[in-house]
Amino acid sequence: MTAILDRPLVEVRNVRHFYGKSAESNLLVLDDVDLTLFDNEIVGLLGRSGSGKSTLLRSIAGLLTPTGGSVAFPAPATTVSMVFQSFALFPWLTVQQNVEVGLEAKRVPAAERRKRALAAIDLIGLDGFENAYPKELSGGMRQRVGLARALVVDPSILLMDEPFSALDVLTAETLRTDLLDLWSEGRMPIKSILMVTHNIEEAVLMCDRILVFSSNPGRVVAEIKVDLPQPRNRQEPAFRALVEDIYVRMTKKAAPGEVRDGLFPGTGISMVLPRVSTNTLAGLMEAIAGSPYSGKADLPQLARELQYEADELFPIAEVLQLLRFAELEGGDLRLLPPAFRYVEAEVDQRKQLFAQQLLNYVPLVAHVRRVLDDRASHQAPARRFRDELEDNMSEEYADQTIRSVVQWGRYAEVYAFDETADLFTLDNPS
Amino acid sequence: MAQRDATTERGWPIARFLRMRSAPSWADLISFLLLAAAAVLIVRGAGEASQPLAALRATPVTLDVARLPEYALRTTLRMFAALGASLVFTFVFATLAAKSRKAEMIIVPALDILQSVPVLGFLTFTVTFFMGLFPGRQLGVELAAIFAIFTSQAWNMTFSFYQSLRTVPNDLDEVSRQFGFSAWRRFIRLDLPFATPGLVWNIMMSMSGGWFFVVASEAITVGNTTVTLPGIGAWLALSIERQDLHAVAIGVGAMAVVILLYDQLVFRPVVAWADKFRFEQTKSQEAPRSWVYAMVRQTRWLRVGFAALAWPMRQIGRIDWSVPRPPALRLGGETSRILDIVWLVIIGGFAVWAVAVLAGFVSHTLNWSDVWTVTGLAFATLVRVLVLIVVASLIWVPIGVWIGLRPVWAERLQPIAQFLAAFPANVLFPFAVVLILRFKLDPNIWLSPLIILGTQWYILFNVIAGASAISTDIKEAARIFDIRGWQWWRQVALPGIFPYYVTGALTASGGSWNASIVAEAVSWGHEHIEAVGLGSYIASATAAGRSAQVALGVAVMSVFVTALNRAVWRPLYRYSERRLRLD
Repeated sequence: MTAILDRPLVEVRNVRHFYGKSAESNLLVLDDVDLTLFDNEIVGLLGRSGSGKSTLLRSIAGLLTPTGGSVAFPAPATTVSMVFQSFALFPWLTVQQNVEVGLEAKRVPAAERRKRALAAIDLIGLDGFENAYPKELSGGMRQRVGLARALVVDPSILLMDEPFSALDVLTAETLRTDLLDLWSEGRMPIKSILMVTHNIEEAVLMCDRILVFSSNPGRVVAEIKVDLPQPRNRQEPAFRALVEDIYVRMTKKAAPGEVRDGLFPGTGISMVLPRVSTNTLAGLMEAIAGSPYSGKADLPQLARELQYEADELFPIAEVLQLLRFAELEGGDLRLLPPAFRYVEAEVDQRKQLFAQQLLNYVPLVAHVRRVLDDRASHQAPARRFRDELEDNMSEEYADQTIRSVVQWGRYAEVYAFDETADLFTLDNPS
Repeated sequence: MAQRDATTERGWPIARFLRMRSAPSWADLISFLLLAAAAVLIVRGAGEASQPLAALRATPVTLDVARLPEYALRTTLRMFAALGASLVFTFVFATLAAKSRKAEMIIVPALDILQSVPVLGFLTFTVTFFMGLFPGRQLGVELAAIFAIFTSQAWNMTFSFYQSLRTVPNDLDEVSRQFGFSAWRRFIRLDLPFATPGLVWNIMMSMSGGWFFVVASEAITVGNTTVTLPGIGAWLALSIERQDLHAVAIGVGAMAVVILLYDQLVFRPVVAWADKFRFEQTKSQEAPRSWVYAMVRQTRWLRVGFAALAWPMRQIGRIDWSVPRPPALRLGGETSRILDIVWLVIIGGFAVWAVAVLAGFVSHTLNWSDVWTVTGLAFATLVRVLVLIVVASLIWVPIGVWIGLRPVWAERLQPIAQFLAAFPANVLFPFAVVLILRFKLDPNIWLSPLIILGTQWYILFNVIAGASAISTDIKEAARIFDIRGWQWWRQVALPGIFPYYVTGALTASGGSWNASIVAEAVSWGHEHIEAVGLGSYIASATAAGRSAQVALGVAVMSVFVTALNRAVWRPLYRYSERRLRLD
């Protein structure tokens, strides 16, 4: 595993990518990313949703052409193959036909196709299921088919896009172990694996090298070599320390200066807000206020205990930070005084407190409220705000942001909302 | 015909059609103009080629029961020929629309309008047109009949296929691209299988509608010549002319047998087979069943026989048309914008030409008073359609809910409702005429129910499906809180069935407009009764061969149907989607 040859398999240089038609109005998902993949290594791209790691993987797979930069394969005859998060199996083909599909596209003769497919099915532990249809298989089995299909074409590089994130915890772990065994025994024809993940422990468990991405725009903020010997043990102190270290890096503020605006892309009223329910926010504050945390929690530990993926926990923590209910620092989430008052309070006081924080720290909520106050009718169509947002963000983000603001504001009774009419109002249904 | 889950959203492309925008746009107007101009050209061509009508030497249809099986077979073959044509049309135009944005701009609105055109009104002209192509031969009339059925089948199939192509799952698209599938392989492996379930349901709906047209198109009177094609429709026409009630009854019975056989031997097996292409990766609760399909799969020699039938298909699938894929042309934003403009200019040119053609045609033969008359008549028919939809709803919604809530009954009655929807109601019209004449009833009122005779069943079977889809949780909650009477209807039953009801009512309303052309003017031998309305206007203009008036009538009807869809059904559907679904 340590024998790294000089000649890289993939060289990615200065890749940038925009989504959308024109460069000005749209989202920069990848900014100036470099990546070199060598022979005989597993490299993980770790980051949160929106960090462009999947985009990078697809650029290497040739599924999309990045707006700028280059993707090169210096070694001759380098081929890639891909495993998908959703398995991407053809439901109308049997396991064997699914595995053969790539060979068929390459016009491999039927007899050889069959032989190779059966060998791959055997390798991946699916014998006996050749004639089954995907809908008859469990999630883990389906992903095995996806793996066999990717391996049967003899790729030099195996690309994996969050291959285990659609599986339950136990199945995912079995599949990871099986894959690592095949890899370390050299039974797969591949030279390297490049995988995308948002699961920090998974990255530390599997990879020789981890590239940590920041989001909005996606940049490589850290490159971490993992020298722990395989098989790795999640409970080992060195393993835990590494996970902790990556948590810290991922929660670090993007740049000094931008203290809170930097949490979410965009500034002021056109900040892209994640959809986090007020119930979840309340729940997290209550959990941290109680024992054993008493106001301050270590994120990796919190994630494990609350059964959250890091990727799910981050937005909740960040909304708390935006509302000044908590402070994120060095992989810890520390509650601030308003949060303690909130946890102690009754329903109505809670709402008042939440409303106060919203109006003070979420510019869009304050803006909506101001518009409603100014108008004689005390009504304003949501369309108006959505249009305003769309000047600075994609339609999808604008919609998401409006929905968040609607939910938060309704809970705090800052305003009311009529879904049918798509209208913000000040009347409270009594 | 449909199993229960036909009406769930997935298998029901009408649902997707309904979700489309409802505001009229320039594309609609231009499509309408182009289609109207094309129709006018056909009508003109037909007028010029009308002389060989008399020269036709067709085998006369006789009321001989021994020949009825042959007639039935020929009617069925016409249906399948039209289906084949519709499939070819679907594959070509849907693929074009899905792959090319420029083609899409024209094809999609055109399909939307074509779905609303009452093709029955054009029957006469298509007959004369096709006979002009094959003077003195029966082939022309055959083709005209097939064309009439085609026009009733093709549009929704194309629409469904296009929608499927547009919604091919992203990950499967990526797999195909990553493995470098050729265009043909992608079609065989991905596009076609993915679109199959939706397409099969639409073929089913199309076939149900098609029986109506095949009956109407086998005996056509233009001026004083009647052209007949051997078939059940011609048999019925002849029995009506001779006022032979017994023969009518035999014809109706034959029709029923044909539809039953077709349903059991062809349709159910195909639906059961198509289930394997459903995209959900979980096993469906209730897979469609067919005894024929099960038998074919379990009986060895049948399986071998079918494998032999499927062999050519497999070979076609296996061929790898190694068309080198053209290198993806990367056009800059500027260039593609210029190309768009060029394309729009071309379409604009055609639109201007269409206006010229229409203006020339209309100013020749029509004046404004015609337009006002026809619009007035259209309102008469509109009132008839709306009142009947309301009446049918008041009758069938409670019955459908009652049935739908009792799974045992629903399972037994649902296929019957679907059978009735496929049954061509026009074969029953003579009975109504006999009654009206005997009791000296007012045709303006008593002919009206005929409009909805064949289409009311769409309301019934959709309501049954909706009521059986109300979740057990909701039903139990209603029981526990003792929700009964009007409150139960208002808060449980009606919201539960509403999206299904809208789908059914839309189909019924569209079909009723079409039916008005044959239902507002009905004959029984020499007796002829008529109701005032756009349908009878088109029918009498057709009989007299006044092509301009037919064209006007058909155009006005298309506008009314399209407007009704946009103004009533789609907003209702969107409302139900937004408010009455919890997901």
